[in-house]
Parts: sequence; C-alpha cells; structure tokens
Amino acid sequence: MEDEVTLKAGLWLFAGIGAIFMAAMAADGPFAVHMTIVFCAAVLTAFVTMRGVSDTVRSAGAASTDQRYYDDVIRWGVLATVFWGVVGFLVGIVIAAQLSFPLLNLSSEFTTFGRLRPLHTSAVIFAFGGNALIATSFYVVQRTCRARLAFPGLARFVFWGYQLFIVLAATGYVMGVTEGREYAEPEWYVDIWLTIVWVSYLAVFVGTIVRRSEPHIYVANWFYLGFIVTVAMLHLVNNLSLPVSWVGSKSYSLFSGVQDALTQWWYGHNAVGFFLTAGFLGMMYYFVPKQAERPIYSYRLSILHFWSLIFLYIWAGPHHLHYTALPDWAQTLGMVFSVMLWMPSWGGMINGLMTLNGAWDKIRTDPIIRMMVFALAFYGMSTFEGPMMSIKSVNSLSHYTNWTIGHVHSGALGWNGMITFGAIYYMVPRLWGRERLYSLRMVNWHFWCATLGIVLYASAMWVAGITQGLMWREYGDDGYLVYSFAEVVAAMHPYYVIRVTGGLLYFAGAIFMVWNVWMTIAGKRRAEAPMSAPAFNPALDRPTPRAAAAAAAAE
Amino acid sequence: MAENKRIDPKTGTSTVGHEWDGIEELDTPMPRWWLWTFYATILFSIGYCIAYPAWPLIDRATAGALGWTSHGQLESELSAERARRADLVRALAGMPIEELPAHPDLLAAAEQGGRSAFKVHCAACHGAGAAGSRGYPNLNDDDWLWGGSLTAIEQTLRHGIRQPGDDATRQSLMPSFGRDGILKSEQIDDVVSFVRVVSRQERPSAASRRGAALFATNCAACHGPGGEGKRDLGAPRLSDGIWLYGGDRTSLTDTVTNAHAGMMPAWADKLDPVTIKMLAAYVHSLGGGEAAQPRLAPAPVRR
Repeated sequence: MEDEVTLKAGLWLFAGIGAIFMAAMAADGPFAVHMTIVFCAAVLTAFVTMRGVSDTVRSAGAASTDQRYYDDVIRWGVLATVFWGVVGFLVGIVIAAQLSFPLLNLSSEFTTFGRLRPLHTSAVIFAFGGNALIATSFYVVQRTCRARLAFPGLARFVFWGYQLFIVLAATGYVMGVTEGREYAEPEWYVDIWLTIVWVSYLAVFVGTIVRRSEPHIYVANWFYLGFIVTVAMLHLVNNLSLPVSWVGSKSYSLFSGVQDALTQWWYGHNAVGFFLTAGFLGMMYYFVPKQAERPIYSYRLSILHFWSLIFLYIWAGPHHLHYTALPDWAQTLGMVFSVMLWMPSWGGMINGLMTLNGAWDKIRTDPIIRMMVFALAFYGMSTFEGPMMSIKSVNSLSHYTNWTIGHVHSGALGWNGMITFGAIYYMVPRLWGRERLYSLRMVNWHFWCATLGIVLYASAMWVAGITQGLMWREYGDDGYLVYSFAEVVAAMHPYYVIRVTGGLLYFAGAIFMVWNVWMTIAGKRRAEAPMSAPAFNPALDRPTPRAAAAAAAAE
Repeated sequence: MAENKRIDPKTGTSTVGHEWDGIEELDTPMPRWWLWTFYATILFSIGYCIAYPAWPLIDRATAGALGWTSHGQLESELSAERARRADLVRALAGMPIEELPAHPDLLAAAEQGGRSAFKVHCAACHGAGAAGSRGYPNLNDDDWLWGGSLTAIEQTLRHGIRQPGDDATRQSLMPSFGRDGILKSEQIDDVVSFVRVVSRQERPSAASRRGAALFATNCAACHGPGGEGKRDLGAPRLSDGIWLYGGDRTSLTDTVTNAHAGMMPAWADKLDPVTIKMLAAYVHSLGGGEAAQPRLAPAPVRR
C-alpha cells in the first residue's frame, strides 16, 4: 500500500517537473502561465498523495466502507456546482451589461466582451453544468445500481482533473488563448487533458454499472451513459488539430472551410443535445420521481424516446448553417432531423410531468417539485422552439438574431438551471446527513426570483430577435433596404437593459441557494412554518438490498 | 421481475415490476397524440426529402422533385429585381448627373436608391443619419469642403479624397506648422486666438491681433483673408461654427501643430456608376445641396 502511494506521488512529482520544463521552454507567455498552473496542481497532488499514506493505513481496518455509498466526491461536486454557477451567472451579467453599455469593456484586452463571453458560456455549461452532471451521475448510478462507486481514487481524479480543465480553460480565455470554436475554445493541450479525464469518468461510471446488484439498468443511467460516450466522441473529432509548436498555445484545425464549419456545428449542436439534454434528462429521471415519490409515468415511452432522441439528435447539427456555403442537401437533412426530434424530446417532458400524476398537489406544497415542474415546462418549450427555428423559412428570420440567444437561455436558465437547483436541494441534506434543508421557504424565494428573471430575459430576447430580423429584411416601397446595421444595433438597447435586469434576478435567486446550502451544511435550521418534503431514511440509503434490509431490521 | 408487478392505486395502472432505489415504472401505453405526431413529423420529413435536395450519392446528392437549389432561388430573385430596376438603371446610366433635377421622378428614385446604398457603404464613417463625427464631415449642412453641387459630390464620390493612386482624387495638404517648425508654440497660440475671434468664440485681444498678422502670412492663402475657406483646395471655412476636428482651443492648437489630412476612398472602382449617381443624389438631397453648375473638367492635381 505504501509503495503504491509512493509510486503515485512520484509520478505526480515527475509530471510536475515535466510541466515546469515545458514552462521554461514555452513559445509564448500564456503557455508558460498554463504550464506553471499544471506544475502547481501536480505538486499539490503529489503532496496530498503522500500525506494520504497515514490516513489510508489508519482506515484500512474499517471494512464497513463497502456498506456505504462513496459520497465524498459528490459532496465536492455539489459545492463546485454552486461555486461555478455563481461565477458563471456573474460573468453573464457583466457581458450583458457590456452589450448595453460598451464603455464597460474597460478598454483592456483582458476585459473585452470577446474574451469574457467564452468565459461565461464555458463557466455555465461546462463548469456549472458539467460539475452538476458528474456529481449527480455518481449519486444516481450508485443508488440505482445499489453498488458502491467503482474506482473511488479515479473518481477523485475525475473531479479534480475536471476542475483543472476549467481553470486552464478560463485563464486561457482571459489571456486570449482560443481555438475560436464555439463551446470548444480551449487549446490542444487542454483538450488532451480533458480527454484523459473524460475516459476516466467513463471508466468509473461503467465500472459502477458493471458492479450493480440490480438486474436492470435504470433509464437515468442510459441517459448518463449516452451523454458520457457521445461527448467523448464529439470532443475528439471536433478538436482534431495540429499545434504550431509542442510548447506553444496555438493550434490549427485539421478541417478547413465549410467542412470545418460543419464539424464545429455537428459538435456544437450535440453539445446541446447530449450535454444539456441527455445528461440532464438522466438527472430528471432520478430526482423527479424521488422528490414526487411517484413511479415513472411510462416505461415504454422512456425506451422509445431515449432511442429516438439518441438516434435523431446526432444528425441535426447542419441547421446551424442554413443559407450558408453548406450544400443544400446537408441543410435539408439538418432541418428534417430537427423536425423529427420534436416528439422524442417531448417524450422526456411527458414522462417527467406525468410522473406527478397522483401527486399534482405537490406543485402547491413542495417548492422543489415546483422548480422541477418549471424546468420540465421550459424543457418542453425550448424543445418545441428548437425544431421550429430549424425550419428554413423560420430560420431565415431568426438566424443571427437575439432570438437564438433567447432560445438558448430559456433552455439553459429554465431547464438546465432549474433541474440542477432541484437536484442540489434534494441532495444537500442527504449528503451532509441533515434532517432537512435550512429553509424550504428560501427555495421558494429562489424559485420566484429565477422565474421572474427568466421571463424578463427570454421575452426581451424574443422581442429583440424578431425586431432585429424584421428590421434587417425590411424593404421600402422602392425595393431598397430601409435600415442600416447600426440602426438595428441601436434599436436593441432597451431589450439589452431588460436582459441585464433579468440576469440580476436570476443571480439573486442563486444567492439564496448559496445561503441555503451553506446554512444546511452548517447544520442550521431556519424556524419557519413547515412545507412538505419527502421523508428520508438514511438507513435505507445503502448499496446492497441486504445491507438495507439488515439496517431496517435493526431499527 | 414480473412477480413484483402491482397496480398503482392512484392511477389504476400496472407497474412494470422493476424497482431502483424506490423508483418504479408504470406500464402506461405511449400517449396516442405523441405517437401520431411523431409519425406525422417522419412523414413530413420523407416528403420534404423527396421534394428538396437531400440524400448524398457518390458524386452528387439527390436533386429533389421540385428542382430547387438555393443558388437558383437567389439567382431568380436577383434577376427579378434586376428586371424591375432595368428601366431606372438604363435611364440613370445615360444621363449626366446635372440633368437629374429636370426629371423629378428619376431624381426621387435615385435618392431612394442612394439612401439604401449610403447605409451600406457610407454609414460606417458618416453615420446612419449622415451627421458625421469628429474627422468625418456632416453631410446634412450646407458647409462643403469640396463643393455641394451634384457634379462636385459625384466627383468626390468617384475619386475620393487623398486616395493614393487616383490621379483625379481631391488633393491638398495643410502644413504641420508646429511639428515642422514653421511657427513657434506661442505663435500658434496667437493664431488660434485669431481663429477663435474670426469664428466669434472669443473677443479680440492682444494675442488675436498678433495672430492676425501671422494668419495673413501663413494661412490666408488657402483659408482666405477672413477665414472664409476655399473649396478648390478643400480648405475649410473657419468663420462659422462648424468644425471637422473641433473648434475649442486645445483642438485648434493640435490642428495647427500637427495638421490633419483625412481621407475618403475613391468609390469608382468599387461601385457601379449608377449607384454612385444615386449616392450623389441622396447626399445632395440631405439639406445642403447646391444648384447645378456647368460641368467642369476634373480639378487639376495639386501636390
């Protein structure tokens, strides 16, 4: 055991030395900064590994660990989700304000919209959303397989490795390091690191499923697995590129021209499809029935909508390139596959909403259920809007306008945000062994702030987008265009200001969550009139049915 | 797992018989409307793929029953538009611009076309409303650097201002009096005082009287003895309240010290002659257009 630990620590130290060597050789400043960050991370890991020797030896006697789920990494994941969420929302408000008042770019290269925008998108999608997916998938897969997480050490590596990826990506954006591929901006060496982390994630997830003591694999795990496998494939193909220097931060894509654009949007659309839809549907399929204490509405629907969603989504990317150099036939296929995707997407909404059949009263009494139902409603709305916007005649109005931004945010704030908040509120008291949340009423405040924020945001962007599209194509009686581009930009100002207001409200809701989670972990309970929440029996929260039964019998 | 099947009392539906961490699944049939809508979208997609270019083959894709292509649609829309405008374009192409005011219908049509072209090609510098900004002249007023008749505006548009490589471009250069050591710093202060008196921003002073003499020897050749400007040279009128680079003391001092030589591109090799005529008619219509003058030969090059 000690030899193994020493070997591991030695390897980390070796990696650290390699990094500092790369930093010394670096072809450009940002690469040197990044290798220094890697050096610090590696040395820190080596130190922690060494210090872990005594702990491991001490706890080796405690054989009872197999009788519990491995939740450490999930607790860190929940905290990381909350932290990155707040960071991502805040940067979002900053860039929304920059669009309203360009002065706020502050005349510094480090604070311009162009560098902060990927910081916002990556922080909310990959840092907030990604941590939420990793944490909930580890939570769900253990409980629905009734098995302790496979390879806990590798799971810790997945968590910390993913945080290093986030830090490298974020610092890179601010320093101007970018591949210029939307939602895949990090450069080649960060991509390689993410690949290693992601394959480890797959190993932990599949390893746990293999170790399951349930005969069947629950639907939530199908979705999580679909998400992990497909994201790995998307990431690898989209990031095929050739570095200019092995010790520099710049690389060029292997594809060129319209092939490159199609690869980029094949990735970009499926990042939405598999990261933000399939992954979060996995989350939905566990936390909604648990919180509602009701069976899933329809097993058959879950099978059909899973396979049709997985099959159809992967072809829909070309709808991002309507009326471009992309050949007509590819545009046609992108459109029809998006139209066919409508019902498969709605299958998830129906299965989620109708799971409340027999427990509809909980929308009134349980604020967490209310959040989840709201998330599903917005999921349904944006998965109707998406196929509609992919129809070429609609797209000719909506493309390149703020309508797209409104569409994305009704999905991101409404669906991804709200279902994640619901899952966090469900998990926190259970993970930290608290009887209940600090305050359920505060969840209600979070709900209303977020809802009002989304309504302001989405409606402002819909109006802005349609206004923009109509102004661009407005012809006068003589057959000439009426507006100049700058006049259309000026017309957007009031909507941009409304958007900032919406963002501030959404952020205020998240602050309530931080407070609530913090106080719950601290073991405080707010004195307030009770609201309903499903009962939690820690004794039953065990890996094997035998252990659970034994624990129940012992009570 | 069939042995674990039970009837859910709240819905009366049977469960499938599986259970994970307390979660069961009902055996509800798929909603009919969901299934039929799904089928309908599939049928629509098949029909759409038959009608439009869709499936890639070895060296091309299926063409679609309608024979539609995006290039074809663009070409037919463009040719329809070309046909609609053909008469107007022909009439404008054959007519010297100074004769336009005699044909009010043609003039109005040209102004409309110019308004649209202005927003694409000119608004970036002169502003969407042609109000200009520092260094970019306001085209709504009647203060012209190089002339405000239709022919003068067309000339400026075609050949630009200080466009390198264009022999007929508008050309002039104010000396950098300070940087080139022609005037000393305190002399520049005096000249600026005089210019501010001429433009009625200051009362006459000792400085402005000293400046008057300096102005007469250094500036009057181009700007005129009273600062009224000279269009042949693009020398701005200094006796009004309109300033290209600012009329305050700091801006004027900077202008006299370093001089400015703004440039406007020549559009003759970027836009067709009809569009340039339309732009000239539009700019002329903005408020400051001057009556037509007899057509002159292009101004001789001054370097």
